[in-house]
Amino acid sequence: MATRTFKVWRGDKDGGEFKEYSVEVQPGMVVLDGIHRIQAEHSSDLAVRWNCKAGKCGSCSMEINGKPRLGCMTRLNSLPEGTVTVQPLKTFPLIKDLVTDVSWNFEQNKRIPPVKLKPRDADGNYRMMQEDIDRVQEFRKCIECFLCQDVCHVLRDHHKHDHFVGPRFMIRLAQLEMHPLDTVDRVPAMRKEFGSGWCNITRCCTEVCPEHIQITDNGIIPMKERVVDRYYDPIAWFLKKVFGGSKA
Amino acid sequence: MSGGSASIGGHVSGFAATRRSDGWWQGWALTAGGLFLFFGYLTLRAFTGKYYWADPYISPVASPPLFTPVNGPGVVPLHHAWFGAFPSFWPRFLPQSPAFFIPGLAIAFRATCYYYRKAYYRAFAATPPACAVGGAPLKYRGETALLLFQNLHRYVLYGALLLLVFLWYDAFAAFFRNGKFGIGVGTLVLIINATLLSGYTFGCHSWRHLIGGKLNCFSCDGASKTRYKIWKKSTWLNERHMLFAWLSLFWVAFTDFYVMMVSSHHITDLNTW
Ligand code: SF4
Ligand code: SF4
Ligand code: FES
Ligand code: FES
Repeated sequence: MATRTFKVWRGDKDGGEFKEYSVEVQPGMVVLDGIHRIQAEHSSDLAVRWNCKAGKCGSCSMEINGKPRLGCMTRLNSLPEGTVTVQPLKTFPLIKDLVTDVSWNFEQNKRIPPVKLKPRDADGNYRMMQEDIDRVQEFRKCIECFLCQDVCHVLRDHHKHDHFVGPRFMIRLAQLEMHPLDTVDRVPAMRKEFGSGWCNITRCCTEVCPEHIQITDNGIIPMKERVVDRYYDPIAWFLKKVFGGSKA
Repeated sequence: MSGGSASIGGHVSGFAATRRSDGWWQGWALTAGGLFLFFGYLTLRAFTGKYYWADPYISPVASPPLFTPVNGPGVVPLHHAWFGAFPSFWPRFLPQSPAFFIPGLAIAFRATCYYYRKAYYRAFAATPPACAVGGAPLKYRGETALLLFQNLHRYVLYGALLLLVFLWYDAFAAFFRNGKFGIGVGTLVLIINATLLSGYTFGCHSWRHLIGGKLNCFSCDGASKTRYKIWKKSTWLNERHMLFAWLSLFWVAFTDFYVMMVSSHHITDLNTW
């Protein structure tokens, strides 16, 4: 039977090292299967977070051969021959082995003003058409794997966690802003507190998203354009100065 | 792995440091090379100041011509320039090139385009050079400080829309030589040029936003329903914006090259005249 070498980072926040394991592989196996085999046959204390094994719970995010990916959706035969390197996410604090503490993300989510619906129609119903929520539904495919947050260089390399909420929450903001029934204005906060200007649209978030959400093109750029409408459009700004209008 | 120092989690940090084992630098090199080649060619051509005209074809590098030199090889005829000859105070060290006026807008349009921004931030600024690869060791401010001017992209778009009108005019004018209707290879080249540039321009993110993307309700009234239809078409092009960005860039350069070759009598244009 074929075997494959796994090079897995083992350790905690105080330090650690790569350890190599030789794993028997069968056709169709994914990286997470390999990790489970290591747990079963070599090292039962190898820490890994997983749940659905179907690419839907967003738990098994890890870095495979240097790329942020879902362990359960990465087939071994899709990787080039040779050693498979497996690491925890870089952007979040390490707990143990392949498990990181992603709770910073949940804190960001709490900062986002929730939906506030406009009044119902006269007959007591809410109405919206499919074409009005198609855009919103794309963002709702998010499984919160935080691979986009991990790969975003603003967080990953520049550690601007205090300035920028990251791509996952930019699309949550977009999802709420584009909602046909919502009444909250999040544009000022998007520019300031949530830091839309920190993103330089280099699109790595979109490249890694396992749900193929067009994070940059359909979420972040449209939000940047709304910020431009409000703050950086000299003609709009001039008209507002001359004719007055609500202070944005 | 390459470069950098390893830390917790076995991650490496530092410029170009990564654990990626695939050829991430191939995309980087291709983009950098492509940008360098085509923008380099077009810049050079803008400075040559000649071979922009091969009746009835005009190179997109020189169109629309505000001024034109009185004589010189392959220059745009005087009656074609909006304001005639270059003014006498035109500095001598600068070639008399119509490219310095309105056609320059095309460069500004591409330079502030959301796609090209990605391309050159990666290729030339290395912020980052590729995903999960260490970026340039410079203080990073994103588009919050110096790069705030990128927000003016929509104004350059208005200019680019105008430019598009002229390029379509050039394409139709290429059916007539001395008032006689006909068609040549150059006519086709110019039509393809205007078509690809339209595909690029109407897939622009700012256009897509202004035409409909800024609405939250597409179905609420007649005007928004119409805007929704246009937005959907723009979305189709927007999904292919990178493709159109490269195709149109290549074709602008090729169109200019073709006109230059015909104008300098290196090749003969096949036509019906
Ligand atoms: S496009 Fe913006 S949000 Fe996405 S990874 Fe790049 S910098 Fe981060
Ligand atoms: S947007 Fe995509 S990559 Fe980001 S958390 Fe959601 S599913 Fe994961
Ligand atoms: S285990 Fe649920 S996404 Fe991989
Ligand atoms: S032309 Fe590319 S985004 Fe406007």
